[in-house]
Amino acid sequence: MNNFLTTSWEWYVAGPLITLTMFLLLYFGKSFGISSTLRTMCAIGGAGKVADFFRFDWRSQIWNLLFVVGTIIGGFLAHIVFKNPEPVQLSADTLQLLTDLEVDLPKAGALIPANLFSWESLFTLRGFIMMVGGGFLVGFGTRYAGGCTSGHAISGLSNLQLPSLIAVIGFFIGGLVMTYFLLPLILAL
Amino acid sequence: MLLKRGFKYMMVGILFGFVLTKAEVVSWYRIFEMFRFQAFHMYGVIGAAVVLGVLVVQLVKRKQMSDVRGEKIKFTDKRMGYKNYLLGGTIFGLGWALTGACPGPSYILLGAGYPVFIVIILSAVLGTFVYGLLRNKLPH
Repeated sequence: MNNFLTTSWEWYVAGPLITLTMFLLLYFGKSFGISSTLRTMCAIGGAGKVADFFRFDWRSQIWNLLFVVGTIIGGFLAHIVFKNPEPVQLSADTLQLLTDLEVDLPKAGALIPANLFSWESLFTLRGFIMMVGGGFLVGFGTRYAGGCTSGHAISGLSNLQLPSLIAVIGFFIGGLVMTYFLLPLILAL
Repeated sequence: MLLKRGFKYMMVGILFGFVLTKAEVVSWYRIFEMFRFQAFHMYGVIGAAVVLGVLVVQLVKRKQMSDVRGEKIKFTDKRMGYKNYLLGGTIFGLGWALTGACPGPSYILLGAGYPVFIVIILSAVLGTFVYGLLRNKLPH
């Protein structure tokens, strides 16, 4: 059991547990979608004074903020308490490509490349674009699309929603353009 | 009272955060590998979740299942259209591939020992705010 808690999980373990998450929220009378919490935070911060979009009863969304608090605790338990002694096992092709792009390779206990995401990196042009710019695109894009990976790719596709399929196609257009064309330029900064 | 009612949502959140971390879905490396089509892992995770999700939603609808309060579980259809889904989706995709984190993982990584992700979350809140300001001028 302890071994199960400290190793990484295969897709066929994780996928069904994500479905379970969606089902549990449905059972509790809610719908699974995380990016809407960003809108809730804007509303709590008083954004309703300047835009109608943020004028809604944000108290009805507190459950989702509590869900988010749970995810933070889950990340702490999974990565710090039940630490995986092995690094992320990437394909050989990916490792080669990361080496070519001079991105730090996965080390034990590191989920993200330290040379890209750190406080020091934030004060470089590259780090600023990746964190501040990237975060902005995530927040703007998810709300414009009306959902993110949870709301569209999981909840929406599960309910066979055509708009969600269009959104997911958009996710991939953006992701591929970034990964193949823009990211190599940004990493070279 | 609020905390007592809200506790169950937090518990589901813990499950979700734990799963996404263990499956390395929160890892920038995995997202990079996915968009380069160099491993099946991420497609397996999302694919399995969706295929099983379709079955679960069909079952809930056919059996007319009720939620914990005894009310019938309802699904709201997404508004039809394509412009905002395609444009917004593409903008989000650009950000997803840059940060390696959609909103869920950005939160989860805070707990996993990467406090710098607060910058990404705050930028995302700002992005959402700017969308709210420009909403009426954007094609939907």
